[in-house]
Amino acid sequence: MKKSINIVLGGLLTLGFVSCEPEFDTPVDEVGFYTTGDADMSNFVAVGNSLTAGYADGALSITGQENSYPNIIAQQAALAGGNENFTQPLMSDNLGGLLLNGTLVAENRFVLAGDPMTGEPTGPVRLEGTPTTEVTTSATGPFNNMGVPGAKSFHLVTPGYAGLNPYFGRFATSASSTILADAISLNPSFFSLWIGNNDILSYATSGGAGVDQTGNLDPSTYGPNDITDPNVFASVYSQQVDALNAGASGGVLVNIPDVISIPYFTTVPVRSIPLDAATAGAVNAQFGAYNTQVLPGLVGAGVISAEEAAARRINFSAGVNFPIMTDDDLTDLTQILQGPPFSLPASLAGLLGQLRQANSDDLVVLTASSVLGTLADPNNPQSVIGVAVPLGDQFVLTAVEQGRVSVATRAYNTTIITLATANGLAFVDARSALVQIANGGIAYDGGVLTNTFASGGAFSLDGVHPTPRGYAYISNLIIDKINNVYNATIPNVNIGDYGTITITNNQ
Amino acid sequence: MKKLLLLSVFALATTVTYAGGYRVSLQGNKSLAMGHTGVAVVNSAESVFFNPAGLVYLENKLNITAGGFGVFSDVTYQNSATGATAITDSPVGTPLYLYGSYQVTDWLALGLGVYTPFGSTVTYEDDWAGSHLVNNIDLAAIFVQPTVSIKLSDYFSIGGGPIYVNGSVNFNRNLNRTLSDLDGNRSEVTVDATGVTKWGWTAGAMFKPTENLTIGAHYRSKILLEAEEGEADFENVPNSPLAPFADTTFDATLPLPAEMTVGLAYEFCDKWLFAFDFNRSFWNVYESLDIDFADPNIPDSFNPRNYKNASTYRFGMQYDATKMFTLRAGYYFDESPVTDGFFSPETPRNDSNGYTAGLTVNISDRLAIDASFLYLHFNEVDASYDGYRENGQVASFEGTYKSSAFAPGIGVTYKM
Repeated sequence: MKKSINIVLGGLLTLGFVSCEPEFDTPVDEVGFYTTGDADMSNFVAVGNSLTAGYADGALSITGQENSYPNIIAQQAALAGGNENFTQPLMSDNLGGLLLNGTLVAENRFVLAGDPMTGEPTGPVRLEGTPTTEVTTSATGPFNNMGVPGAKSFHLVTPGYAGLNPYFGRFATSASSTILADAISLNPSFFSLWIGNNDILSYATSGGAGVDQTGNLDPSTYGPNDITDPNVFASVYSQQVDALNAGASGGVLVNIPDVISIPYFTTVPVRSIPLDAATAGAVNAQFGAYNTQVLPGLVGAGVISAEEAAARRINFSAGVNFPIMTDDDLTDLTQILQGPPFSLPASLAGLLGQLRQANSDDLVVLTASSVLGTLADPNNPQSVIGVAVPLGDQFVLTAVEQGRVSVATRAYNTTIITLATANGLAFVDARSALVQIANGGIAYDGGVLTNTFASGGAFSLDGVHPTPRGYAYISNLIIDKINNVYNATIPNVNIGDYGTITITNNQ
Repeated sequence: MKKLLLLSVFALATTVTYAGGYRVSLQGNKSLAMGHTGVAVVNSAESVFFNPAGLVYLENKLNITAGGFGVFSDVTYQNSATGATAITDSPVGTPLYLYGSYQVTDWLALGLGVYTPFGSTVTYEDDWAGSHLVNNIDLAAIFVQPTVSIKLSDYFSIGGGPIYVNGSVNFNRNLNRTLSDLDGNRSEVTVDATGVTKWGWTAGAMFKPTENLTIGAHYRSKILLEAEEGEADFENVPNSPLAPFADTTFDATLPLPAEMTVGLAYEFCDKWLFAFDFNRSFWNVYESLDIDFADPNIPDSFNPRNYKNASTYRFGMQYDATKMFTLRAGYYFDESPVTDGFFSPETPRNDSNGYTAGLTVNISDRLAIDASFLYLHFNEVDASYDGYRENGQVASFEGTYKSSAFAPGIGVTYKM
């Protein structure tokens, strides 16, 4: 009788425990639910620049790296049988700064500060704290994520680049190796390549301070802010695609967005100088002789065209005005104005040498917000930048400069799509995606992703690089293309689950 | 003979589960074994809970029964669009009960019951896909019920009494889907309230039109557990006036809904008893879980629930196999109170089928051991919770859920 009770209870318990783990009819974590199709994601290698590294908020930090698009893609691909151990050269902390032999070579990331009294945001500030990532005690590469912040197209194949870029210096396999060689040494089964952004971006963010090197086929002579010759780009890019694709099951190429859609260029309005009627009149009086005598005289002498003279005329009015600025694409009048018949003093000639008033075709960079309207000389109330002192050329991307960027971008993008088509690779049109983000935005389950600085969700506080949510959106675009081209079913992520900017106050 | 008994148990073991929402229908081993029927069954002091009017018909002067259950429940979640998965790691629930009744006179019985009809312990992995809705919840309520049962005639009795409730809740969730501190730790809040007390009442009636047929009706009032000055503990909050979350207190009301039961019990062929109960739980009282934080800088938390009234259909059989063994089995269909678009992972209950069985072993004329088990079967369900908003916009939490629960129970009955 006791035995029969045991049997009954034992039987009941067994029945219960067996049933206790509920199982789905088709569990998503069962092998075969998702597939990577013809793409072998067992050893995915991502090559590129800061965008590939997960750079955001003006720094590379652990949080940024964890939310890099290659890492997001790898995690999703792992659900479909891809490699679960996608490796990245993780920084040592979440501050994001970089030390080289104890000296700060890259600043900590930006965070959004708030006013304790009003509870309103006050603006981005650099996070305080001493970073612990030391270049010389480097991470041991190579890594699946071979994104190197700052790298231009030709840098991927530049021997010794580790000595020029501390981010690559951290994990280069040798001082003489290249980013591409280190990537190839991993024998990638699948690759992504997103490079070329910096070939135009540094020119643009420096307000066109560099040189358009189109026609110069020797990148070793380029300065940091120059535009890379499109033929140089095509040559190195083709070499990279061939090398990465040689042993891989496939890959994805991502094109270059137009820089003018990023908040770095769209946040600070060009028309930014408020003046009352009296002040405007007083300032105009200062430029009266310049407008009415100097400029017509120069046109008469054939030094400048009537069109250029019109562009150079200075005119303030009551209300919000365009600032005056230096434009290095204007004829430099500094010497001419010092000679007869003008015979201006050198300082004034220098001021007027390449002076004009900004116009609605110009783009003012984000960093100009801290100088516009301030005093160039704190002791001289007459030295207001934008009114009496021209805004530096590095703060304005002029229409002419935008044109150079645009021409080069188009040329690079032609190369990218041509090579994608020729090699049967997946192609992601990041350019069109950014256009959409900048014009109306991308709806998601928690709002709309736009390019509005700080609050739009897509761009981090440096105004250039995406937020984790922006990177997640890019990841979905890439996953969709991989699925499409390689008959894969890698699941997307929900971009609403990814954060945007970090809010915090130092102390 | 033994073999026959076993076969009978399994043959009778049709279906049963527990009830929707955070109601845990495990208030007696004899009743649970019969699909948690009992409004018209008179066989033990379990009637204190199921229908106090029945106590006065018990044969013995003193009846005491006590016991408990181990509730093993799991919930799995997946979202095929993102590949997200989760499985709960909930602790074993242990609902307990103690009932006693004493026949004062032929027409009057007094009773006392202590039981735990509401509760929920659900524990997900921290920061799982639905962590902005719940990481874990532990809800418990103990009911203490002094009871009077009065026989108005041999055919009709009434009973009832006040209910004293002492409840507690501990609930943790992330503040939203993305907020974190500088190191990426997700910002979260834990609300905790204990010793929340409230009074309610219960009343029942029983009618015995024939010797074999009993009809019962029973009502238990709703009880609004009003937590006041509970503790709200915010963690991993960034140091920013833009996220003004500091530890504070909160007020919140958690409704324990009223429940009405009608049913019958029919004895046949000498040794057999059939019971049927119909429960109606008035869950529509649970419109929203609103947490009112004392700190005016912290936005109050509004969590719409929009529950609907729900019914449960219970069937049970009892067979007096021998003088020593009484075998029982039952089934119930439990309708979920959750409405479309408000399926929250905190109480992930869709409709379920409960299968029960059990037996009583009469060790002596006075002492018996009761055992029972419940297997609650849920179909997998595609569901969403649309009550969560970000930037004023509904951000649905969607996915497929499958739950299961199993509850073995054991108890003792003493009578004299």
